[in-house]
Amino acid sequence: MTTIEPMPVVTARRQRRSFADGIRDGLPKLVLAPSFAIILVFVYGFILWTVYLSFTTSKMMPIYKWGGFDAYYRLWSQPNWYVAMENLAIFGVLYIGICIALGLGIAILMDQRIRAEGILRPIFLYPMALSFVVTGTAWKWFLNPGLGLENTMHNLGWTSFKFDWLVNPKMAIYTIVIAGVWQASGFVMAMFLAGLRGIDGEIIKAAQIDGASTVAIYRRIIIPLLRPIFLSAFIVLAHMAIKSYDLVIALTGGGPGNATELPSTFMYSYTFNRNQMNVGSASAVMMLMGISAIIIPYLYSELREKNR
Amino acid sequence: MSGAAETANGTVSAGSARTARYFIYATLIVLALVYLLPLYVMLTTSLKSLDEIRGGDMLALPKDPSIAAWVKAWGEACIGVSCVGIKGYFWNSIKMVVPAVFISTLLGALNGYVLTKWRFPGHRIVFGMMLFACFIPFQAVLIPMARLLGAAGMSNSTAGLVFVHVVYGLGFTTLFFRNYYEAFPDELVKAAMIDGAGFFRIFWRILLPTSGPIIVVTVIYQFTNIWNDFLFGVSFSSGEASPMTVALNNLVSSSTGVKEYNVDMAAAVFAALPTLFVYVVAGRYFVRGLMAGAVKG
Amino acid sequence: MSFLEIRNIRKKIGNIEILKGIDIDLEKGGFLVLVGPSGCGKSTLLNAIAGLLPPSSGDIVIDGQVVTDLHPSKRDIAMVFQSYALYPNMTVEENIAFALEMRGVEKAQRVTAVRQVAKTLQIEHLLDRRPSQLSGGQRQRVAMGRALVRQPRVFLFDEPLSNLDAKLRVEVRAEIKALHQNTGATIVYVTHDQIEAMTLATKIVVLKEGMVQQVGSPAEIYNRPANLFVADFMGSPAMNMLKGRVAETGIALFGSNGVVVPVPPSVTKKLPDGKEVIIGLRPEAITDDGLVDPTARSIAHIAAEVSMIEPTGSDTFLTGKVDGASFTARTRAEVVTELGQSFRFAFNLDKAVVFDPETGSRID
Repeated sequence: MTTIEPMPVVTARRQRRSFADGIRDGLPKLVLAPSFAIILVFVYGFILWTVYLSFTTSKMMPIYKWGGFDAYYRLWSQPNWYVAMENLAIFGVLYIGICIALGLGIAILMDQRIRAEGILRPIFLYPMALSFVVTGTAWKWFLNPGLGLENTMHNLGWTSFKFDWLVNPKMAIYTIVIAGVWQASGFVMAMFLAGLRGIDGEIIKAAQIDGASTVAIYRRIIIPLLRPIFLSAFIVLAHMAIKSYDLVIALTGGGPGNATELPSTFMYSYTFNRNQMNVGSASAVMMLMGISAIIIPYLYSELREKNR
Repeated sequence: MSGAAETANGTVSAGSARTARYFIYATLIVLALVYLLPLYVMLTTSLKSLDEIRGGDMLALPKDPSIAAWVKAWGEACIGVSCVGIKGYFWNSIKMVVPAVFISTLLGALNGYVLTKWRFPGHRIVFGMMLFACFIPFQAVLIPMARLLGAAGMSNSTAGLVFVHVVYGLGFTTLFFRNYYEAFPDELVKAAMIDGAGFFRIFWRILLPTSGPIIVVTVIYQFTNIWNDFLFGVSFSSGEASPMTVALNNLVSSSTGVKEYNVDMAAAVFAALPTLFVYVVAGRYFVRGLMAGAVKG
Repeated sequence: MSFLEIRNIRKKIGNIEILKGIDIDLEKGGFLVLVGPSGCGKSTLLNAIAGLLPPSSGDIVIDGQVVTDLHPSKRDIAMVFQSYALYPNMTVEENIAFALEMRGVEKAQRVTAVRQVAKTLQIEHLLDRRPSQLSGGQRQRVAMGRALVRQPRVFLFDEPLSNLDAKLRVEVRAEIKALHQNTGATIVYVTHDQIEAMTLATKIVVLKEGMVQQVGSPAEIYNRPANLFVADFMGSPAMNMLKGRVAETGIALFGSNGVVVPVPPSVTKKLPDGKEVIIGLRPEAITDDGLVDPTARSIAHIAAEVSMIEPTGSDTFLTGKVDGASFTARTRAEVVTELGQSFRFAFNLDKAVVFDPETGSRID
């Protein structure tokens, strides 16, 4: 940009920018650069690498020979992959649905001026602090057909009680839902509780004056106001469902047979145990696409609003 | 807005309002017991003898509580072929967690500081890319990372795991600090600039001393996440170098010899203790950390 | 030579030009107030002087030294912020001493300097407190102390009173004025409040949309506004803008049975006969008979219908209506009238200012 400078005052001493000034101006970017470079290389670079691997003929070791869509073709012709996808659908829907329903339900109960809230809240939340491996171990024992819940019921006199989901290929996926819900529903509860506490009390008072019953207030005013929490909870849970790996490994190890295979376990076993790295990579790419489809629009809208 | 219950008192008779309260309390207490059950079973089983476990009831209190299983899990249990207990793996996890948490928190704080107080064109893109990195399925970077660690001679080492956890924790720590510093008044930074403080001086003297809450949140979040990680541990380490979670899984799922449920449970308790301890001591911050990771801002 | 020079400052952010070539001079010891509606660029200009927001072009000169490219800390300026910007983690004493510490001043010297400033501002008893333990007025004082202790060449104030309640604002305003008179400091002060501007400034700059509308002493700005915007913005209630028509002897107001405002021949000479102009008259130039300025040379009386009565206690503002035009007059509180009644207003035509309706500029 050009400017017509007025006649410079003769005595004015212009202080020029020094080298130190230059360093100082660049310092913030210099500080951020390593982190950004790390993310760029180890997240985005590695994703590209994985994508590339999925188009090669890699087996046990990466082979950089172009294989086209072969790996994807093989992935989508694996019965195992369909089992994994079906399981993910069952697990995802139930896990997200039950967590949200249970979380919201407990949060609403907790919001009724409960005296022991300080004791109850940590009880619902503590599973979130545990490793999935610990959770899996505990539930594996709890659901053990011989010594766990079934045995307890027999001891109580209910001898016909049968609970063999853990070893029943048809039902095993539901044990993962149970353990997953147990782990995450308290956290969803905490989210909803925070949302409930954030609602302007005057709105509720206005509704009461308008003659709305408690049920109507919840149904017509409070729950609609919690919409952003529903969205956040959905995002978090969906993302956890797609990623969840440890829980399955610790609880069922993907079995019995392949009954509890999920895309995450599929990817791991094809890559590291079955020596089909290209198929494993292709499944990882599918997982990434699934998560991206949920996360990117969400992040986009969040950042949009935030910066307005 | 805990006022909604009042309507019940206002519109329904006092008697049925009381019934409603009993119902609420009963439901909550039953649910709480269900949530506590696995922990209870884990603890009591770890204190029982194998005979009592086989013959008795899962829900019964131990008749003769003994910490023998704990001692065995800590120092003698067989993981794979070596029978030296889980103590080595426990320390592996500690050695992995402490530096990884420290480095990722420090970098996150600096990143958040730059991204809010020293904005440059494109800062939004940079942040968006770091944010998205929080959510990627790690399966998408697993193979390249395994190759890289192998090539760098860092596979099967604690240093390698520290590196991995720093890299994939950066997005979260940056997010936490960015959101916190976003609310920190810009005028304070301007005032400090005029007062003559430079980039680092402003950070150390003005921002960091007021960052206590977010540091606690970030440290707890990172500590829990890294301690509980399994996927990276199982992918990039094996044998003696494994972290606690991997060792626990190996112990529990090994099918050789007699299944010692009490030892398994004791080992699970050890694996759970550090994060449970943090949760009990600083639960408030723990929840805030979870929320900060979930609801942006 | 002026002490602070702002030379043709322009600032573009994105595609929007926020400052469109600002030139201002200020003598040593002057009190410059930048005033204008929000979005006029006054804070941007202050930030440019401080060095917090580098201008796209132009120069800032302090005491003969071009400081445009200098870091804020090297310009020898101090700034009082709207939010006060006190460091929450430091005590009042540490807050005030921080700038000295950054400049490597010895501890003993710092303590002496802080005590002295604290004494001047009467905040000695607050030195060990933290900002969160202070009231709004006390924080404001600490913020001033932080600026004072530096003994800078120029003080910058960014709307420092806007977070105070009305009563405190008047008090602190007086304190700032006394401070300026006692120390002879050079001050640049940003506000959107025209009363603050009038009471504090030795020189006012009225800004609108990144352009200087008028520079002058408070009296000049008030009595001889350069254009319709300045006339309307400065003063409350706002200046009356009445439609007039150029006649032979002056400017005719209120149609055929109205009055003729006598204006210097220099004005009428510039304007064709019958051209429409705007006559600006402050409310205090339209009064009841009891308030008429005895030194006024030309007073005209006009009967108008009273359409609103607003008593303020000290005086009463009447809105009068005549010939389709309405105006606000400041009358004595004792005046007795009623809505719809006719009232005899006295117009002090000496105070009339003539504006060109097309350009909005004053015609002399």
